[in-house]
Amino acid sequence: MSSIPLTHILFVSTALFFIGMYGLFTRRNMITMLMSVELILNSVNINFVAFNKYLYPDKLDGIFFSLFIITIAAAEAAVAIAIIINLYRSHHSIDVEDATEMKY
Amino acid sequence: MSTYLYIALIPLLPLVSFLLLGLFGRKYFRSSAGALGTMALAASTIISFAAAYQYFFIDGKADGIYQKIVPFSVSWLPFSESLSIDMGVLLDPISIMMLVVVSFVSLMVHIFSLGYMKGEERFSTYYSFLSLFTFSMLGLVLSSNIFQIYMFWELVGVSSFLLIGFYFDKPTAVAAAKKAFIVTRFADFGFLVGILILSYYSNTLDFPTLIEKLSDPGSEASLAISSAGFLGISAFTWALALVFMGGAGKSAMFPLHIWLPDAMEGPTPVSALIHAATMVVAGVYLVARLFPVFSTNDTALTLISYTGVISALIAAIIACTQTDIKRVLAYSTMSQIGYMMFALGLNPESGDNNLGYMASMFHLFTHAFFKSLLFLGAGAIIHFVHSNDMRDMGGLRKWMPLTHATFLIACLAIAGIPPFAGFFSKEEILLAAYDSNMIIYFIALITGALTAFYMFRLYFSIFWNKDSTHTADHGEGPLSMKVPLVILAIFTLVAGLLPFSEYITANGAPIETHINLGFSIAPVLLAITGTILAGWLYKTPGDKPAKLAAALGGLYRAAYHKFYIDEIYLFITKKVLFNLVGKPAAWFDRNIVDGTMNGMAAVTAKISWLTKGIQNGRVQSYALWFFGGVAALSVLFIYLWK
Repeated sequence: MSSIPLTHILFVSTALFFIGMYGLFTRRNMITMLMSVELILNSVNINFVAFNKYLYPDKLDGIFFSLFIITIAAAEAAVAIAIIINLYRSHHSIDVEDATEMKY
Repeated sequence: MSTYLYIALIPLLPLVSFLLLGLFGRKYFRSSAGALGTMALAASTIISFAAAYQYFFIDGKADGIYQKIVPFSVSWLPFSESLSIDMGVLLDPISIMMLVVVSFVSLMVHIFSLGYMKGEERFSTYYSFLSLFTFSMLGLVLSSNIFQIYMFWELVGVSSFLLIGFYFDKPTAVAAAKKAFIVTRFADFGFLVGILILSYYSNTLDFPTLIEKLSDPGSEASLAISSAGFLGISAFTWALALVFMGGAGKSAMFPLHIWLPDAMEGPTPVSALIHAATMVVAGVYLVARLFPVFSTNDTALTLISYTGVISALIAAIIACTQTDIKRVLAYSTMSQIGYMMFALGLNPESGDNNLGYMASMFHLFTHAFFKSLLFLGAGAIIHFVHSNDMRDMGGLRKWMPLTHATFLIACLAIAGIPPFAGFFSKEEILLAAYDSNMIIYFIALITGALTAFYMFRLYFSIFWNKDSTHTADHGEGPLSMKVPLVILAIFTLVAGLLPFSEYITANGAPIETHINLGFSIAPVLLAITGTILAGWLYKTPGDKPAKLAAALGGLYRAAYHKFYIDEIYLFITKKVLFNLVGKPAAWFDRNIVDGTMNGMAAVTAKISWLTKGIQNGRVQSYALWFFGGVAALSVLFIYLWK
């Protein structure tokens, strides 16, 4: 089995990271922003797994790290959605531009 | 040696009464405040008399003199091995005498106030202030070290401030209280510096040690303090002059007397207590307390005697022209304290046990009785007439026979007519002056004549002159106002007959005094002349006083305006100090000091105005800034941090 070079995988994860970043900065819908954050987290997961596989094949640290990140991402999604629901109740909108009271 | 521990009760009882009345007076002691304060003080007075009896008659003399005793002394603020501030009690003839005088006069005033202040809204507050004052004054008298006396000195000043400003809804009373406080505070500044110089050289604050170290011209401390100098005057003279400045402020000596006449805005019994018999003689007491030290320095003594005699003369002249009866009495107090002061400054070659000291203390003793009698009499008159102005009075002898009799006794006493108390003490002062300084003797003689004149001017204007026009809506006053007058009148009659020189002298050993008939002729004749002149001018209504005033012209006007001393003060403070010091300082403060601070604030405000846009409330822009920061740091660490 001819292996895929590491750079390819890193390219994918970088693309995923910047797509997430772009979504986080441009989308006004908070659900979409949350999804963008998930993309960023997954790009990091890919990095962990790839480095583990290519640099230290006899160890499992990277894989465990990604497992933890997945768990935390699930918890974070629950918290974020709870915040979004509360925001919707008070503002009747989940547009992030509508919640800008906390300023100077 | 028997114990004197119970002495501590004398000042503590009024303190307890002050605390009770001050904290709970308006709630629980609204009507019984007077009784409570008076009872506490009556107990103090009895203890004072007991202490005096024990000191003079049971313990008596040791080695032929009355000893200085320090029954107890508690270390209060130990600063170093050699310097600690103690709280103690010092007993010697003058502190015992002052104990008796202060507690007794204070008791009379407490009793008198029961009637005088009846119905006053802040009755219990009044009594708590009186108790505070009495506590401070008794503490001052008993102080065993110079710092302790300074603290009580300030306490006395504060309580005097409170009492003068008792009618705080009256603007003149507030102004008078402020003036009294500021003027005496200014003088106390000198006192404090004097204390520091004295204690720096003698390395102690304790009175007996301090006196022992500094009164011997050959001792180490004396040599050090005399050899150090400033502006060509030795540090010793400076220290004594500064201490005297504190005393002059409290005792209303020229030119620091300006607060005393205004202080008459307080309730009249307060004037009797503070501004006649107790607080104003604190300055005399202070000089007497340090007398062995003062007596080694001729410059300081000269300063004291001339300040005293000038004050006595000026005050007597001004008193002749005033029409407010309390102001006349205030100036007369100043004049009499002038007598005590200059008597202390006289130092004939009679060694350390001189006549001047004894005479001064004797006059202090007798003056306390007849002057508080005069003030309380004035209180009774004001209570009756509802006016302070002697032109509103006249013919009162028919309405107030008892006040008339006691007032007359006090007037005769202060004028120096034998055999009333004032005659004896004044005679000793004149004798001491005659022995040492003829200029002072003649000024004192003239002042004596003026004293008789202005006192009888007051007496005839109040009790004779025109017939009273007012209707008697109430009597002479309640019993509580009559009893103190009678008691004080009895004391005024007998106080002069006490063998004072047996007990109270500079070094505790008795000195021989006798009435010299030939010597007495001049002062008594002058006093009688003054009395007759006053009677001729004021006994019947007429235009004689006005004609005399017109004949005197400028002198009368100057005296009527108190020699423009208040105006001079105002000129110096308002015109000179405000313009030359105050205004530039205010300009500097407003423009430079405030300017710096305002500038810093303005710059901060500008920067924050420029940068506040970053905090716009948009989560995404925060995230962008955050990401930008992380990216910049990454670049920094990866490529530039090599």
